[in-house]
Amino acid sequence: MRPGEAANPAPPTVQRVRVRFAKRGRLRFLSHRDVARSVERAVRRAGVPVSHSHGFSPHPRISWIGAAPTGTASEAEYLEIGLTREVDPEVVRAALDAALPAGLDILDAVVAEPPALADRIDASLWRIVLPGVPEAALRAAVEALLARDTLVVERVMPAGRREIDVRAAVVSATVTACDDVPVAGPPEGDVPGGVTPEPDAAGPDCAILTAVVRQTTPAVRPDDVLGALDVVAGLKPPVPAKATRMAQGLLDDRGRLTDPLGPGRVTARA
Amino acid sequence: MCGGVIGAGLPWVRVSAVLSGSVFPALEPLLPRVSKPVQYVGGELNAQTRPWESAEVRWALLYPDAYEVGLPNQGVMILYEVLNERADALAERCYAVWPDLEGLMREHGVPAFTVDSHRPIGAFDLLGVSFSTELGYTNLLTTLDLAGIPLHAADRDESHPVVVAGGHAAFNPEPIADFVDVAALGDGEEVVGDITDVVKAWKAEGRPGGRRELLLRLANTDGCYVPSLYSVTYSGGAIAAVTPEAGAPATVQKRTTSDLDEWPYPKAPLVPLAETVHERASVEIFRGCTRGCRFCQAGMITRPVRERSLPGIGAMVDAAVRASGFDEVGLLSLSSADHSEIADITKGLADRYEGTNTSLSLPSTRVDAFNIDLANEISRNGRRSGLTFAPEGGSERIRRVINKMVSEEDLIRTVSEAFAQGWRQVKLYFMCGLPTEEDEDVLEIAGMAHRVIQAGRAASGRNDVRCTISIGGFVPKPHTPFQWAAQAHPDVVDARLRKLREAVNSNKKLGRNIGMRYHDGQPSLIEGLLARGDRRVGAVIERVWREGGRFDGWSEHFSYERWTTAAKAELEPLGVSLEWFTTREREEGEILPWDHLDSGLERDWLWADWQDALSGREQDDCRWTPCFDCGVCPSTGADIEVGPSGTTLLPLTVVNPVGRELGG
Repeated sequence: MRPGEAANPAPPTVQRVRVRFAKRGRLRFLSHRDVARSVERAVRRAGVPVSHSHGFSPHPRISWIGAAPTGTASEAEYLEIGLTREVDPEVVRAALDAALPAGLDILDAVVAEPPALADRIDASLWRIVLPGVPEAALRAAVEALLARDTLVVERVMPAGRREIDVRAAVVSATVTACDDVPVAGPPEGDVPGGVTPEPDAAGPDCAILTAVVRQTTPAVRPDDVLGALDVVAGLKPPVPAKATRMAQGLLDDRGRLTDPLGPGRVTARA
Repeated sequence: MCGGVIGAGLPWVRVSAVLSGSVFPALEPLLPRVSKPVQYVGGELNAQTRPWESAEVRWALLYPDAYEVGLPNQGVMILYEVLNERADALAERCYAVWPDLEGLMREHGVPAFTVDSHRPIGAFDLLGVSFSTELGYTNLLTTLDLAGIPLHAADRDESHPVVVAGGHAAFNPEPIADFVDVAALGDGEEVVGDITDVVKAWKAEGRPGGRRELLLRLANTDGCYVPSLYSVTYSGGAIAAVTPEAGAPATVQKRTTSDLDEWPYPKAPLVPLAETVHERASVEIFRGCTRGCRFCQAGMITRPVRERSLPGIGAMVDAAVRASGFDEVGLLSLSSADHSEIADITKGLADRYEGTNTSLSLPSTRVDAFNIDLANEISRNGRRSGLTFAPEGGSERIRRVINKMVSEEDLIRTVSEAFAQGWRQVKLYFMCGLPTEEDEDVLEIAGMAHRVIQAGRAASGRNDVRCTISIGGFVPKPHTPFQWAAQAHPDVVDARLRKLREAVNSNKKLGRNIGMRYHDGQPSLIEGLLARGDRRVGAVIERVWREGGRFDGWSEHFSYERWTTAAKAELEPLGVSLEWFTTREREEGEILPWDHLDSGLERDWLWADWQDALSGREQDDCRWTPCFDCGVCPSTGADIEVGPSGTTLLPLTVVNPVGRELGG
């Protein structure tokens, strides 16, 4: 091989498959980079015919969209894989799911069609469980936030402090009690716990905030929403909240999210 | 659980009241408050969580450094699989926790845990600790303390795990003799099984004689050293005698796994979720090295050379790639290009993985065993990284002293070929502070780097070639010919490196293409104290730990002042000192703290080799020249095992060599 020669004349992409996956349980502590490495390895192990970039450092063609922050769970993450031959998306889904550790679960897959994935998503539905927070207190705080026109919080980012308008991004927010939700169940695959709960832990109170949040730049995260509730109402959860992204999609005129993998979804080419 | 002595008088344990349950519900709320929480959650691909009740003997395996360093460790992975394959045993892994989580665990009473099932370490029968480096000793104390295990072996009772140290540093466990119950010497594959059998029988018999009886039984297990059964006396600073109690052997011999093909581990490498220092599937292609570099403890204590067969390597690489999804395969050994069939191995693997974006790496190669065909095979299917060689010494004279006989001509010829073939970067490793070293020996490194750049420019026709020289301080280690040598003081090392930098930059046109990396010499001196220390050094380790010493291998956590202050306080009242243990040359007759631990090497041979070093005489490699009686083969009952064997890699006819066949 000579200098400048392509290290790997890679076969071209003939099909793209869009995938919805979940990040669950203790694997919610994975960062986006951790998820990406795990998926790239699973693609190899599963024998998915992924296409690669050219050159000395070929990378698998997998594209990502707005990852749920480290520490938050998700039922609705999306990626797109370029393939060197046409494959039934359900076969890709099942093979990838089997090759990933439990907690990174592949839920759905379709053949990609225009418009692009990025143009099919502009908001997220978050479910934030707040152990130790009385429902009434959370409701009051949320009402106070919704009553504002604007509510800015600060976030420290690598490039410095950024101001983020949380209120502008929150489309809707509702509060429920979490009677039927376990506060801190054992993670998947764990042995039955034999641990005495700490006396200063959550207690009987527990409330759930469900919010539709528009995707702004930078994205408003669950932590920012909780920060805003602290600013407007002094709400400070006694233990860390658990946030899960339940859905992503385009906001329709009634404030609901449409499925990025449909309508007009294609599960196999004719 | 124990209610035992808790170090540093810290408040203890609300959570660990129940023996073996998961502490995860108590740990989980702390994780959002620490950096990189993913390192504490487990759940890696190929991790194992066996039912607690299914095993009669339970091991917690600790790598006493950060998860990102410990997870890829081959030793831990091998023992984890070997133990978990036994129906009557289970093993779970644990790593050192960073100070942010340590603080929260103390505040909330969460005990040290395994990452597999988050069980409290105190509930296990054994805590196996793998020491690649002595700088992990303070982290051992953190883990013991967080686990509720008394720091001192003497304070433990039969409810506490038996603490077993292994790894290269265990060849002189005397500095941690107060804190460990057993040191296992040599290869671990077989001795962990023997220890398991001993513990199992003792438990089944109803724990007769308590912990003491168990330790006596372990002391009579091959390769196991129980420090508490030996008393050490001193006279005039040095050791006067090491006396075993009745029932304990006078010397303990290391274990040697003679046929690597019988131990094809790891079969399914752990695939981390978090980022780690080595993201690759590693296969050990041979163990041991007889090149005879006199500074190299690994080469001395792992003899003789035992090669894995080609079919064995072929099958292990296949299994590891399929099980992990890694796109890089590391062919590990102390000097990988020295495998007698390395050309067949690399060509066979490059053929097999053609078109799959799977690259090979040889993490350790000698320039005299290397050639461009090898380099091209390694980079055929993947990324082409830089070339790395370790001449170790700058001058021909010092390379004779250390017995690393690579010539500058070989180096220049090899890098010229590489630059002609399109490589743009070469890295060179050296040591500073070697025995008999003068400024001139180190300054010759600059000339070598200059000539590499000149040769590279001539061969490539380009100006932008790079050479990085990386320099570490030399630390004399036990069981090597340099075990008697005086370690150079950090001030000497630092001064030489300053002069070297000036020499590199004396020619600006060449110097601007040369990068120089080195660490300051202070941590090396402490490593030297811990490497050649005796039992009196244990008090220094404990004091440093009580004053906050953690993660001493990390420059941002290491405090030289904390170590020198503690050494002064603990050693000088005894008539010895940091200098006494490090910068002092030993006499032939002095009893060394590890003399009763047998690495297989004859002490007389080591001394003769040390004398040869001082007069600049080389020693050949016994793979290719007659035996020089280092003593290893007769004492370990093993022989040098090298090819050529005439075998090949297993033929591979499947369509996809890196994963499964996709249906549909």
